[in-house]
Amino acid sequence: MSALDSVGSDEARTLDISLGPQHPSTHGVFRMNVTLEGETVVKLKPVFGYLHRNHEKIAEKNSWLAAMPYTDRLDYICPITNNWAYAFAVEKLAGIEVAERAEYLRVIVGELTRLQNHAAFLGFVLGDMGAWGSALMYAFREREKILDLFESLTGARMMCNYMRFGGCRCDLPPGWIEAALKVVDYFPAFLDEMEALLTGNEILLARLQGVAPLGAARAINGGMSGPVLRASGVDYDIRKVDGYGIYNRFKFRVPRGEVGDCYDRFMLRVIEARESVGILKQAIAGLPGGPIVNPKAKQRGFRPPAGEAYGRIESPKGELGFYLISDGSDRPYRFRIRPPSLINLTLLEELCIGTKIADVMIILGTVDIVLGEVDR
Amino acid sequence: MITDVLEKIHSRFPGVRVELVNNPGPSAQHSLLVDAKDARAVAGFLRDELHFDFASNVSGVDWPPRKIKEAVVRKETVDGVEKEVKETVEHDVPGCLEAVYHLYSVARKCGPITLRMRTGDRDKNVTLPSLTPVWKSADFQEREVFDLFGIRFEGHPDLRRLLMWEEYADHPMRKDFVAPDDFEYEPTPHDEILKRVKARAATTGEGA
Amino acid sequence: MNIPGSGIFKGLVVTARNFVGSYFEKDRLTTEQYPEERPTLPENARSFPFLVYDGTDPETGMRCVSCKICEKECPPQCIFIVQDRDAAGKAIKRPKVFNIDIAVCMSCQICVEVCPFESIRMDNAYELSAYDRFSSLLLDKSKLLKSNTYYRSIHPTEAAETDGRIEADRLKKEAAAAAKAAAAQKAAAEKAAKAVEAAPELQKPEASA
Repeated sequence: MSALDSVGSDEARTLDISLGPQHPSTHGVFRMNVTLEGETVVKLKPVFGYLHRNHEKIAEKNSWLAAMPYTDRLDYICPITNNWAYAFAVEKLAGIEVAERAEYLRVIVGELTRLQNHAAFLGFVLGDMGAWGSALMYAFREREKILDLFESLTGARMMCNYMRFGGCRCDLPPGWIEAALKVVDYFPAFLDEMEALLTGNEILLARLQGVAPLGAARAINGGMSGPVLRASGVDYDIRKVDGYGIYNRFKFRVPRGEVGDCYDRFMLRVIEARESVGILKQAIAGLPGGPIVNPKAKQRGFRPPAGEAYGRIESPKGELGFYLISDGSDRPYRFRIRPPSLINLTLLEELCIGTKIADVMIILGTVDIVLGEVDR
Repeated sequence: MITDVLEKIHSRFPGVRVELVNNPGPSAQHSLLVDAKDARAVAGFLRDELHFDFASNVSGVDWPPRKIKEAVVRKETVDGVEKEVKETVEHDVPGCLEAVYHLYSVARKCGPITLRMRTGDRDKNVTLPSLTPVWKSADFQEREVFDLFGIRFEGHPDLRRLLMWEEYADHPMRKDFVAPDDFEYEPTPHDEILKRVKARAATTGEGA
Repeated sequence: MNIPGSGIFKGLVVTARNFVGSYFEKDRLTTEQYPEERPTLPENARSFPFLVYDGTDPETGMRCVSCKICEKECPPQCIFIVQDRDAAGKAIKRPKVFNIDIAVCMSCQICVEVCPFESIRMDNAYELSAYDRFSSLLLDKSKLLKSNTYYRSIHPTEAAETDGRIEADRLKKEAAAAAKAAAAQKAAAEKAAKAVEAAPELQKPEASA
């Protein structure tokens, strides 16, 4: 059967390509087997596992404290919120109370992490759209200031290993609060600059608006969380719903999108960043003195009572949860990570079918995944 | 809250087998153990009537078979005198695999409710009903539980391995998993050629 | 009136402002010309662990007593310690072998946190690339031992705190030892006084002789 015989059949009409795993726009080693008809996507099957490091099994082998630096490497753009989610789940499991000053410190570094994640997101999505590295470098300029703050506080720019059970690891060095306040005060000006660069931009609007709208009911059923869920019009922010930590002491608004298309998912994070700036100013103003870790909580040789707990926080990517089962010994029996990036990709095929191949990158970019979390 | 949910389930489905599993420990997140036959109906009820519309987390747990020692006090008659005898009795608890679902309600902003389903044993009866038709978010997570634990979900639209490659034959997260000696090695089509080259080099010696 | 292309034009204005501004404002020129300009690391910056020794001789001044707590708590298990034994074969409080594989180490700083003897600390040297992974990146005791003076130069605040804690411990031990010696002396003096009281006749012939 020669090639001409199949003209007009399904075989000749569609083209199977593999986007990835080596691809500059897939946010890591991520592969999508896409079936195209011309330029329109007909089928999309994501392939995972290229960054699978079996984090869950490693955590069963080491002690509870030793699992903390591994959580840094989950969503490696936001290490501190990963630490927080794990510490929060362990505190729920063992019933440990967190020191007051530590709660404020957690909010401060957590919201700084959210700011630098959304800045990086802006840069990466614009890179995916073809703006190469220029917009990315504007965003990274701000992000570097925040990473310098983390380095002077915890010792490492990214893999901070900052949270402990019942508090934080180390206290603020002198001058840190003033430096943080300077960064936070300048951040809205950076967002204004990015908005001047982007918001009226016709190319951006044409590429983002109307692409892959997602309805609210479908988003909830599909397990979307975080900015993707809120862009579809659902008012659900775990900081407000669960009120974990001391978030109910701060006034902030939760933005909601209307259509749930890529433009909503994109702009929502910009507005969220502004709200985070507000929370940061309130937290820095209200920072009390005192110990930074609960003196009754043991870190080394920690043996929580037998039982299980599911603790979740609002990480910049979505709902990051840890399901921990303890059998009373000094290592976890079951250590399950609920990865927002993986679950936000459940509806990827539905969103991409019918769009053009160039839109697949935009949709993937606005869902904002990090492969460390998808594959663990 | 979970006891209310349990009551409502029992009043809606009178014969259903759902029981409360107590969670020792401070978190007090008790769970409902649902029998595999009733799981779909209960899940549909939870989603539609009680508005638990958000399946947040699906995880697998491996419970290998273990022995429990229990201290038992018996009354025994020795030489006409009734005495109390203390002895330890050993029970064999059979192993099983478990799928745990954490459900939240976005509409009513409450949760979590924990659902558990247990398989019959760890090698032959490892089928559970899939709850993906009820909550689409369980799709990839059930695939991962199949991949890493070996539970087959009946009714899943596309049950393939998620994190490991298709031809892989083991289930890594099980407690009796033996790690391979060499993690880096993976069989590829080129292996055959390499074997032939090595064999030829061995027989003909160097410089062949 | 919305001129088509005005959005793009506004964006280009921002770009132009950044470009021209980088000639005049220092903070628009954010790139550090590495390796000609090296970054100034903050005080807390950490890269890989090292062992601290007091004084001038690494082997005698080393603080590590080979308790192996860091080896146990290390998450990727990159520390390997063998305790030293003396001539008779009894274990002594020093490590004979102390290896850290910095190709595996993830710089998490847990070994520093759990060490009860203030002997392992984080270095901040970052230009450590080598050509051979196994011989150059497996640091043994001789490569890991660095003096307390070096530690004070890279982390002044931490070193000052550590020195303060060690000094306080030493003073406490000395005070406890002094108190113990004083109490022992007092007890011996009391015992001697009691002995004199109990047998006064025995003293007389001694005194005349």
